[in-house]
Amino acid sequence: MTYETIMAGFGGQGLLFSGKVLAHAALIEGKELSWLPSYGPEMRGGTCNCSVIVSDDPVGSPIIASPNVLMVMNEPSLDKFEPALASGGTVFIDSSLVPRKVTRSDVTAVYIPATKMAKEMNAPSLANMILLGAIVAKLGCVKFETVLEALKHTISARKADLLELNLKAVQAGKDFIASN
Amino acid sequence: MAQKVLMKGNEAIAEAAIRAGCRHYFGYPITPQTEIAAYMAKRMPKIGGTFLQAESEIAAINMVYGCASTGYRAMTSSSSPGISLKAEGISYLAGADLPALIVNIQRGGPGLGGIQPSQSDYFFMTRGPGHGDFHVIVLAPASVQEMADMTRLAFDLSEKYRMPAMLLADGTMGQMMEPVELPEEEISPEDARKNKPWATCGTEMKRPHNIVNSLYLKPDELEKTNIERFERYARLEAEECRWEEYMMDDAEFCVVSCGITARVSKNAILEARKRGVKVGMIRPITLYPFPAKAFAKAAEKVKAFLTVELNMGQMKEDVELAIRCSKPISTCNRVGGMIPSADQVTAAIMNLK
Repeated sequence: MTYETIMAGFGGQGLLFSGKVLAHAALIEGKELSWLPSYGPEMRGGTCNCSVIVSDDPVGSPIIASPNVLMVMNEPSLDKFEPALASGGTVFIDSSLVPRKVTRSDVTAVYIPATKMAKEMNAPSLANMILLGAIVAKLGCVKFETVLEALKHTISARKADLLELNLKAVQAGKDFIASN
Repeated sequence: MAQKVLMKGNEAIAEAAIRAGCRHYFGYPITPQTEIAAYMAKRMPKIGGTFLQAESEIAAINMVYGCASTGYRAMTSSSSPGISLKAEGISYLAGADLPALIVNIQRGGPGLGGIQPSQSDYFFMTRGPGHGDFHVIVLAPASVQEMADMTRLAFDLSEKYRMPAMLLADGTMGQMMEPVELPEEEISPEDARKNKPWATCGTEMKRPHNIVNSLYLKPDELEKTNIERFERYARLEAEECRWEEYMMDDAEFCVVSCGITARVSKNAILEARKRGVKVGMIRPITLYPFPAKAFAKAAEKVKAFLTVELNMGQMKEDVELAIRCSKPISTCNRVGGMIPSADQVTAAIMNLK
């Protein structure tokens, strides 16, 4: 199985980071993977995305034309990537930030009020990790426990005090999937 | 076996250079290669090395010249417009027969162009980036693992043939992360400096002093250095060509591509094979020396070639030369920072006759 994931939204939402955690989890599990950021004059508030491929087979191109997993954290990203989503794919939407629903009927949409949930947890910048937790819990592209381990490797020493909160955020994403 | 780590291509180059005994990095920031400089800035001071952000690309390449003269492994990195600035210094390095590593993570041009991936410096790099009659070794990695492996290879070949070596990749390769296994065995900077009888490292009053120079005012002497240099190039061309053949055993059509477009082409080849087309790929790993033999051999059995590049068809000319124009060559090119999709390459393959 190959999971071709695009995570898209505004710069500053931690999209590259959540992609990195997913990639790191795949590394720990010995899977094949690639991680590719959009790079350019991106900045806080500008558009930003990253492409993560997790596969049992060697990854050819790291560029994803038609993702089967999509995580969107703003409306322009949904507008841009919804048409590209593979038929049968799954889109995870931060419904606190994206007011509209998916228009296609051949894909699965999961609406999570991630930003609202993050604020309630007193961790407003961790909506990305809630969504990541939901993706992994719903699709099983990597094991949930591996994501927790990957987080420990990925969070820099400078921000080590944020580890607990990050772990809680991915757990919240998992719990949301379990109860909805 | 060493543990695999997750790194950006740019970071893998930097770490591999350090493990190859390089302790001297001189550079100037430019997207999309700045992670190399950032990594060096973080690591070099901790291991007794030198990270120096010069006042310009020209200053940086001339610092490389000075450092390489002493026998130490020295490097610089930049992206296309910055490499144009370094061209003068690269020519001087070649003229003084100095080994050094230059990394070019290409972006779209000409001029300031853009900052998205490109392979449009192909001619500029493979023909000799600067004035005068010379070449540099050009290696084209297509994975983060190769970024690391070829960094060490570039230093080794550069010293073996006493000429600058270049890692030539595109913005995608520099920015992407993949698992990479770094060499466990580290070369010490002093070991890397050994066996360089030409280096200006102090005579200790035991030998005549060495001179590192590219100025020869007597034409007969200058001619001699040029001819001697081209004898080395001939040896390099005979012994160091590297390429990868992918699904070529039964291939009737041959895709030619390097770097990120070779990755895209692999996807396209798998798709075209599903549709019944016997297609393979030759991926040149050394762009100079160009693996002409591999293409001459392939031309005996394939019906046509397809070059896939992020330029208007530069490598195509090397393939035409290699096969003496004996078979038709089609192109699938995107430029300006655009990258062909696998579907686009598949369509180009399906059009081959």
